Amino acid sequence: MTPARKKRLFLISLMVAGVAVGVGLALKSLDENIMFFFTPTEVRAGKAPGNKLFRMGGMVVNGSVSRPGDGLTVQFDLTDNERQVTVKYAGILPDLFREGQGIIANGKLNGDGEFVAQEVLAKHDENYMPPELAGMHKKDEAEQ
Amino acid sequence: MFLWFHKLGSPPHFYRIAGKWIPWLTWIFLALLLAGLYGGLWLAPPDYQQGESYRIIFVHVPTAWMSLFIYVVMAFCGIVIIVWRMKLAEVVLISSAPIGASFTFLALVTGSLWGKPMWGTYWVWDARLTSELILLFLYLGVIGLHNAIEDKRIAARAVAILALVGVVNIPIIHYSVEWWHSLHQGASLTKFDKPSMPPSMYVPILIMALAFQIYYVLALFHKCRVELLLRERNSKWVEEL
Repeated sequence: MTPARKKRLFLISLMVAGVAVGVGLALKSLDENIMFFFTPTEVRAGKAPGNKLFRMGGMVVNGSVSRPGDGLTVQFDLTDNERQVTVKYAGILPDLFREGQGIIANGKLNGDGEFVAQEVLAKHDENYMPPELAGMHKKDEAEQ
Repeated sequence: MFLWFHKLGSPPHFYRIAGKWIPWLTWIFLALLLAGLYGGLWLAPPDYQQGESYRIIFVHVPTAWMSLFIYVVMAFCGIVIIVWRMKLAEVVLISSAPIGASFTFLALVTGSLWGKPMWGTYWVWDARLTSELILLFLYLGVIGLHNAIEDKRIAARAVAILALVGVVNIPIIHYSVEWWHSLHQGASLTKFDKPSMPPSMYVPILIMALAFQIYYVLALFHKCRVELLLRERNSKWVEEL
């Protein structure tokens, strides 16, 4: 490589490295804003904003879904396998909503430490399988 | 090998070789596309949770991969342009941009159509979706910057810098679902663990991905030939055609 080319390669690598470090630092400082949701443990620890809208994500606890009162409001517990938060929601649930499913709710905490959701989104995981296989999978889990 | 590469770098030689390959690539692309679609839409089983609606994956995932891959090709061309000042790299970079922008746009649209029934929303500002949208703007920026500068050799150097600055976004898109809590799910295939789906699902995805790769080369050859003719319209080899 000629010296001129070496110099250009060096300068351009320096530029890309500089941009990478800059963007890395910016993202690091914005970390909390890029996080799409808080976990129930973080909410219980008081890390979520008190009287503003925020999102909370977790798994719907098995057997916790109920429709108290008028039948329009759904109530369920959300867990990250450590702590739980009760969620109340009146509205249309997405197709993938079910017990054991990961979901993200957008809303506020009320005075009793319950999360009143305005919107519920289902979070799909990376696992795809045919229905027969899923049935076998459940059986395996039951046997264990 | 090096000599072959050197020869391919000369515009008249590339023009001829690309012209020879185009019909072959067209047939390979069509065959792979049909095989991938048949495998994905007929042979693959439905998903245990999403039923039939997951089948958009056979278009969405390969297009999203291509949107990243083409940008990496452009960034590589950017290095070649700045260090070696190779003319063909300039042509490849600028011809790739509209193809990459189309794949990015398709990835965003197909994802959004799947998101409505599955997540319950067309769009959220989570890390994956936002960084992919930034990628679309990077592609559009490359196209716009190239059009804004009259002298195409200077324009190529400017877009090379922009392509290289933007390449920082590529690992961010890929790892966004691991680094931050996001609504978008994690990787099912592009990871070191075994895939999170059976072969009857991932084989059609891989065939579709190969089909789109071939399509990219095909579209690139077409666009490069036109761009080469435009740039070299005063040269001897073009007059001889």
